[in-house]
Amino acid sequence: MAASYLQIEQVSMDFTRGDLTSHVLQNINLKIDKGEYISIIGHSGCGKSTVLNIVAGLLRATSGVVILDGKEVNDPGPDRSLVFQNHSLLPWLTVYENVALAVNKIFKHSKSAAERHEWTLRNLEMVNMTHALNKRPAEISGGMKQRVGIARALSMEPKVLLLDEPFGALDALTRAHLQDEVMRIQSELKNTVMMITHDVDEAVLLSDRIVMMTNGPSATIGEILKIDLPRPRDRITLADDPTYNHYRHQVLSFLYEKQRKVDVA
Amino acid sequence: MPAEPLVIKPRVADFKKPLVGILKKWKTFLISRFLPPLIVMTILVGVWELTCSRPDASLPSASAMLEQSWELIVNPFYDNGGNDVGMAWQILASLERVAYGYLIAVVVGVSLGVLIGQSTWALRGLDPVFQVLRTVPPLAWLPLSLAGFQDSHPSAIFVIFITAIWPIIINTSVGVRNIPEDYRNVARVIRLNGLEYFRQVMLPSAAPYIFSGLRIGVGLSWLAIVAAEMLIGGVGIGFFIWDAWNSSLISDIILALIYVGVVGFILDRMVAFIGNRVTRGTSAG
Repeated sequence: MAASYLQIEQVSMDFTRGDLTSHVLQNINLKIDKGEYISIIGHSGCGKSTVLNIVAGLLRATSGVVILDGKEVNDPGPDRSLVFQNHSLLPWLTVYENVALAVNKIFKHSKSAAERHEWTLRNLEMVNMTHALNKRPAEISGGMKQRVGIARALSMEPKVLLLDEPFGALDALTRAHLQDEVMRIQSELKNTVMMITHDVDEAVLLSDRIVMMTNGPSATIGEILKIDLPRPRDRITLADDPTYNHYRHQVLSFLYEKQRKVDVA
Repeated sequence: MPAEPLVIKPRVADFKKPLVGILKKWKTFLISRFLPPLIVMTILVGVWELTCSRPDASLPSASAMLEQSWELIVNPFYDNGGNDVGMAWQILASLERVAYGYLIAVVVGVSLGVLIGQSTWALRGLDPVFQVLRTVPPLAWLPLSLAGFQDSHPSAIFVIFITAIWPIIINTSVGVRNIPEDYRNVARVIRLNGLEYFRQVMLPSAAPYIFSGLRIGVGLSWLAIVAAEMLIGGVGIGFFIWDAWNSSLISDIILALIYVGVVGFILDRMVAFIGNRVTRGTSAG
């Protein structure tokens, strides 16, 4: 069996504090091919972000291993760049400087200063943020901040782009715009993407496969749904498409029927 | 036929409006900012004048003070040799000691603050020591530092140093401990090394906290120097006050106190101003 680009093998995660151990993840197995767009969906608290943080290297799995392009993943690095839920732009740097920070560090030896400048501008152009190069994060809207976050992640030329509920903090209209931008960027760059989301429509619209997680504790992968819709995908045309709605139905029934979240008393 | 280019000629009326606007803004600024303190000061000076004008008053009234200390007020830069110099020289001498002690405290304080902010082990080890030493009043350090340095000049600087350093250490360590995890994660993903992390993430993020500490530190330094100089002697505003007391020149003391207060106020505002400029834009959007 040919090895996949990104392999998550038998990953389990326990958090221990003193005597208390919480078993968050149990036996997560996932194979992702190069250029695939994967969404991970599940109820709150099921450990989706934990999976992403393990792949990003910010957390070390209690057991199991993550292999990217043949190499084991242990520590964070620019080859698995992250778009955070709260943009995480450094507020004392301008839009340009936030992206340049990553570019100048990562490409210090491989690109010249002029090339790095070009590269920074090109990534900001890709997310349509060149009009606000000298603005600080406090001076731009939430959607713009998230775009800069995406530009920063893309500028690192990652092998895998990790998105942690990237549009969760935005209103529906901005979310729709940014989803379209991500789809456009994805079709251009053909990145491997792993995205965490709560939004069923977003998952079905953007992904090649949806990974549906069971509820915690000891959450694992419940079902994987392959989305066979042709690209480029237009949300308005798809709204009436029976296949699209069927996929939505399947995800919703997984989340709300099979994995009904038990109300905590 | 080519069209005439459109030329707009400025007229006097065009300048009048914005000028009037600026003057209006200044007028409201002056009235709202300067009038209240001016009125309060006039009332206070009036009260002072009235209570101390009686023949059995122990302190001179405002007008008496002005009269007796007039020489000092109008000649701040006279120099008759030794300790007999103008008020400006006295204050500058004190400021010089504060500058040395404070700057050393800033360097050492921020470094130690970063250390105990970053390292839990260092925090556990050093914190009890800091908490105990912090409560020692500045002047209580003076005999020890005189014994140690055998010279009043470095002793005074040491007293300033040991006074200013505690708020700087504590505020810096809190600032370092409160760097949001998201920024640390960004630094980890792009793999910043220690020095880069310090310069590009830690310092800017902790800057507001550090400047709070610096501001408190400068105020304490100025308090400490005046007290220390009363005991040490030499040129300095503290010694001037003590000397005036010994010569029963009460009005000179009052004048010196006014100067001390004003200089302390200026120092505080200077550090606050620098802090505001440096941390402009630091609050997360």
